[in-house]
Order: sequence, then C-alpha cells, then structure tokens
Amino acid sequence: MEHAPIPPTVKVVILRIAAKLSGRTTEGEFLKRVSSEARHTLVWLWPTKTGELMTSSDTPPAEERLSPLHQAHLDAGASFTDFAGWQMPVRYSSDLAEHHAVRTAAGLFDLSHMGEIVVIGPEAGAALDYALAGSLSAIAIDQAKYSLLLSRSGGIVDDLVVYRTGEDRFMVVANASNREVVANELRDRTAPFDAEVFDESDDIALIAVQGPASLDILRSVGAFAVEGGALDGEDFAERLAALRYYWSLPATFDQHPVLVARTGYTGEDGFELYIAPDLAPSLWNVLLQAGEAHGLVPAGLASRDTLRLEAGMPLYGHELGLELFPAQAGLGRIVNLGKEVDFVGRAASEIGPEADARVLVGLTGDGKRAARAGYEVYRTAHDSQAADSQRPIGIVTSGALSPTLGVPVAMAYVEPASAEPGTELAVDIRGTRFSYTVTALPFYSRKKN
Amino acid sequence: MAAPQELQYTAEHEWILVEGDTATVGITAYAAEKLGDVVFVELPAVGTDVAEGKVVGEIESTKSVGELFAPVNGTVVEVNDDVVASPELVNSDPFGAGWLIKVTIPGAIEGLLSYDEYAALIGE
Repeated sequence: MEHAPIPPTVKVVILRIAAKLSGRTTEGEFLKRVSSEARHTLVWLWPTKTGELMTSSDTPPAEERLSPLHQAHLDAGASFTDFAGWQMPVRYSSDLAEHHAVRTAAGLFDLSHMGEIVVIGPEAGAALDYALAGSLSAIAIDQAKYSLLLSRSGGIVDDLVVYRTGEDRFMVVANASNREVVANELRDRTAPFDAEVFDESDDIALIAVQGPASLDILRSVGAFAVEGGALDGEDFAERLAALRYYWSLPATFDQHPVLVARTGYTGEDGFELYIAPDLAPSLWNVLLQAGEAHGLVPAGLASRDTLRLEAGMPLYGHELGLELFPAQAGLGRIVNLGKEVDFVGRAASEIGPEADARVLVGLTGDGKRAARAGYEVYRTAHDSQAADSQRPIGIVTSGALSPTLGVPVAMAYVEPASAEPGTELAVDIRGTRFSYTVTALPFYSRKKN
Repeated sequence: MAAPQELQYTAEHEWILVEGDTATVGITAYAAEKLGDVVFVELPAVGTDVAEGKVVGEIESTKSVGELFAPVNGTVVEVNDDVVASPELVNSDPFGAGWLIKVTIPGAIEGLLSYDEYAALIGE
C-alpha cells in the first residue's frame, strides 16, 4: 500500500516502540513495516525520538456506521440499537444478566462509536487549558482527567475524558453524538496555539473490560506487553496491577500498540483499551476467551446505561446539555476557576447559574415503578387542586428499576429548595404519582479493597 | 398452552388463544425480545371490562415501557399473578407461563392475524 506524501501541516505521531522492538527488526525495517501497516496501526498516540510518520487514514465516514466489531456482535447474537448514527449492540442475551455480570465478574463492551480527538503540539497543554474547563497541562504523562467542553455562556457542550499520552499530546475522548462539534470546537479554540487537532475517531476502536474480574482477565492475556518493554508479558501484568484509577499504560497487543487505561463508566474497576480498528476483532475474541473462566460476558448499551445510572454518572443528553451549567449537574469541581489562564466559558462560569436554577439529584422509590426520562417531579404525592400540588418542581432525566438494588432509581433536575437528601417528592408515572426520596449520588458504590 | 402456530395474533405483538368463550392473551416472543428483560407487569383487576384497542396494562423492561392493549372486547376473568410476581416469565416463556390475562368474549373475534401473517409482519 502506497502512502500519501506527508502534508506539511500534518504533525505526526508514531511509536516509541519503533527502535525498541528490535532484536528482530532494525529500526529502518520496522518503520517500513509500520508505514505499510499504517492504516491499521495505532501510531499516533505516543511520541518517538526517531521521527514522524503520517498515519491518519482518509477513510470517508460510512453511511451506516458499523463498529469494526460488528461481525463479532452478529456472531454473538446481539440485538442492535441506533446510537448517534451507529448500529451498536443493545444487548446480547439479557440486560439484567449483563448488568449483574459486570457487578460480580466482568463485562466486555464495544465502545468504538466514541470519538477520539488527538491534540498534538508544543502548546497542546496550554491549548486544552484554554479550550476546556479543567487544567489539563497539569496532568502527568499517562494520566487521565475527566473534563468538560463549555460554551461561551458556560453551558456543557460535552463531557470528556482526556488522556495525556506524551509531553506534547493528548487524546480527548468525546461522546459519539458530539464528536464533530468537539473536534470543530477544539480546532477553533486551539488555533492561536502551537498545537494541531486530529479527529482520529475512525482509526481508533475502543473496547472496555469492566467488573471486579477485569484485572485478572487482562493479566491472563499473554499477547499483551508493555510498550517498549519485554515481550514476555510479565512486566505488563505487574504494571497493570499497579496502574491507578484514571491512569493509562502504553502497551502492545500482538506487538501492535494499544493504550490500556484504568477508566470506565460502570462504577466498577475496569479498563478501557484503545486500539486500531483492524486489530479490534482479535483483541475482542482474545478477551472473550480469556474472560470466559472468570465469568465475563459481552455486554450491550442497555446494561451500560443501568450500570452508569446506579453509579450516578451523568449521560450527555440526559443529565448534561448546552442549557445546563456544570454547577447544576454537581460538576462544579470540574470547572477550574483557580487556573490562572482564561478559558472558554470562564466569565459565565464565574457568574454561574441563577440561585433558583434546578439542580441534579438522585431519587429512590419503593416498589417497582420506574421514573423515566421526561417524567415530571412534584412536591407531593397527593394530586390535589392545591397550587403546590399542581406545579411540577422538576423533571426526571434518567431512571430505571435498579438491577443491583431492586428499587427504582432516577436522576432528576429539581428546584434547589427540594434538593436536600431525604426530601420526599413524587414522580408522575404516566398519570399516577409515586413517592420518591431525594438520595445522595451515587446509588451504588463498589466495595474497595 | 398451544404451539405458536395454533395461536392468533395482533399487529401490537400480542397472541390470543381462543378456547370456547375465553381468550387467553400474552405478548409474543418477538415483543418480549424487543422489550428486553421485563421487570414489571401491571394487569387489570379481575372483573374489569376491557375494550378492543384500549390500554389495559403495562409491561416494563429495564429499558422501556410497553403497553398491553386489549385485543378483544370482553371481561377479565383471570390474571396471571405468577407473571406479576415474576415478570421474567414474559421473557422465558412468552407463549406459556408468561401469559397475561384471560378474557371472556361475547363471540367470534374478527381481524386477528394468523401465525403466517404475523410472521410476515415481523419479517420472519
């Protein structure tokens, strides 16, 4: 396969492993091999001392977006749902079984629809400090940070996880539905800086292993090695066990790069693995096989939603949106007003929401009636003619019968006067009011060792 | 319970088994699979008069809420308390232990789908 000439504007990215994989290849041979495999090799993530190589593929977005793991999902008998224009598995067998597997053993998730936007340059950190609400230049190489992209008026454009993969580079992971807006905003906002933005979403697949058995499963896979390290995998197993929450480990799978991060969206221990799409099916199958003895099952988006709800984690489009300030969503701590530089949305964030703006709360019911997104919240379960009884004071943003807790749980925006934990409220569930109690989030936290 | 081939169906993914003047009503395996794990079932009380096409109950899964429509005019004579206590029966045995209500019917029911017609509707 011939490679296009490197456009002068494109800064590239490559493996630090290049020279170090040797013993079997010279650096020159390895680079040639990388070049020929560039379309299916993750070579953008971490820097090298040896040179730069153009790697971004120009694959146009497919009309109907299918994950690189689509065939594996078909083989596993998945049911699919449209999610942000992608056909993604909603479940393989049973939402509940998949949910319980993640809480007690492990689940394997395909999250290849997520957007990965890479920011590279000497001023990449400063550029992200200006573009995002947090202080990204302050995180260490290999560290990750949850952050927000704010509008000028202080609203939430998207929530993100940012990984620092080198001194001069970061990977920003965006919700699938916001990939383009995030990439465009990052391009605009970082323009004054010596940094460039690459939307690598089409060239990066994402597989998550989540659940208490995740570490044992990953440790049992022999094909992993620490990037640049020995190939026997022992080093990898040790480094993986020592990896802290919200840190990542540049590694290889079958000698191809994979970024292994201890992050997730389920409330359990677990890992997220960023890998080239061509390699995703073999990684998926290896993890399925390795996980079988540990109780791992493939898990769909339905279980992911109930898992994150129990863990009190917000979902864009439900708990987060352009019209909401982070402070309303309980994310005020993510907006770093202490940083000494300006950032988009700073002025509006300093003023903050109106004092009577609705705030996000947890709600717990008894019985089995789930309050769902869009249902209205009232101060009283008694539906009378009294004005106080008739005026909705909030709205549910997510809700389900909690598979782990056995009671209905929901997140809702309510007036601040009704936001104190313990406050008795009511939700109108299709014409009938049911009692709910304001509950501190999260509903569920795993027992930590 | 009868085999799926011997049942009649509605476009709302319900099945009906007519035995004499009683119709047993459930939802199809296709509907159960689309709903996902059923976690809550609400059924009408025995003695309730139901009218064809009207909502008489709810079937909730973790992900969504499905409504149970009365497929016929009649009076509810029995409800499946087992399925209220164990909603997962709707998934595990939709044409058997997952039945929902029994309704007395005044006479023959018009406009139901045969097994083949229903299979064509859901594209199988």
